[in-house]
Amino acid sequence: MSEIKFEIDGIKVKAKKGETLLDAAQDAGIFIPTLCHHEKLEPFGGCRLCIVEVEVKGWTKLVVSCVYPVEKDIIVRTRSEKIDRIRKTIIELLMAHAPDAPELKKLAKEYGASRDRYEKDPSFCIHCGLCVRYCAEVKKANAIGFVDRGINKEICFVPEIASQMCNDCKECFPLCPTSYLQAAFVLTESLIA
Amino acid sequence: MEIDKVDKIIDKHGGDASSLLQIMLDVQSENNWLPKQALDRIGEKLEVPMNRIQHIATFYKAFSLVPKGRHNVHVCVGTACHVRGATRILDSVEESTGIKSGETDLDLKFSVETVNCLGCCALGPVVEVNGKVHGKMTPVKTSEALKLYE
Repeated sequence: MSEIKFEIDGIKVKAKKGETLLDAAQDAGIFIPTLCHHEKLEPFGGCRLCIVEVEVKGWTKLVVSCVYPVEKDIIVRTRSEKIDRIRKTIIELLMAHAPDAPELKKLAKEYGASRDRYEKDPSFCIHCGLCVRYCAEVKKANAIGFVDRGINKEICFVPEIASQMCNDCKECFPLCPTSYLQAAFVLTESLIA
Repeated sequence: MEIDKVDKIIDKHGGDASSLLQIMLDVQSENNWLPKQALDRIGEKLEVPMNRIQHIATFYKAFSLVPKGRHNVHVCVGTACHVRGATRILDSVEESTGIKSGETDLDLKFSVETVNCLGCCALGPVVEVNGKVHGKMTPVKTSEALKLYE
């Protein structure tokens, strides 16, 4: 297996072909903030928070590191004025949905994001897909899925499966960055009762 | 919708999971909506999980999870039709059918929907019933036209 050599934040890094930038950075001990990433799951590219600047032959571009495969001789910057500004806006947009989620609050502090910048639409789900993907990929139960699209997209349990399996599993609960999932489960439960 | 009708559609497409969307479209056009039993059957036969079917069925506007009327009335409220009085046409449709946009009446006669452009702005305001375009509509012409449908 050929090794690919490149640079992240001035540090020389080696990675295997096909590995993502995010994985390579984490292996090298460089922290990139994420919300939708989970080591057991396929990359999703949903939250866009792991955005980084990649310089190829003098040209810079913005890429989402969790779905970007490593390339030879690229120069990656995980923190820059531009990146910080973009992340700040992403966090502010997410906070319009989940203004008091602890994980978002922590990120907001780091990047100076204001929770009140955008008009609130407290759906509490930020569409990271962790619950949906964990259920499908790890548990292979498919008890929860997305329904609808665009601004109306939301998570929804499949009642027949959920009533059989979810009570004994609940492994997706701690994954949810906003705790909306738990609320959705309790709501679904109350529909059955 | 009978299960063997669904089975027939599934068999026609070779029962392959990749033809899920096409099968759902065929069930939709045959039956006008997607009943739970039909979706269950499709999921079972194609070995596709229910959450995926739910996702697709709610994603595309072509699908309906509730019964639809025999006649689909599309009122164009795009810019060109809007400036030529589409809101009054919509009022007239809502009055003669007794339902609002997005609804279906109790005898399953009409389903009314607003659309954003039918691509024939020169004919505006436009109402489309079961795919047939009625152009240069007036509120009176609209209610007359709807009377022709049983």
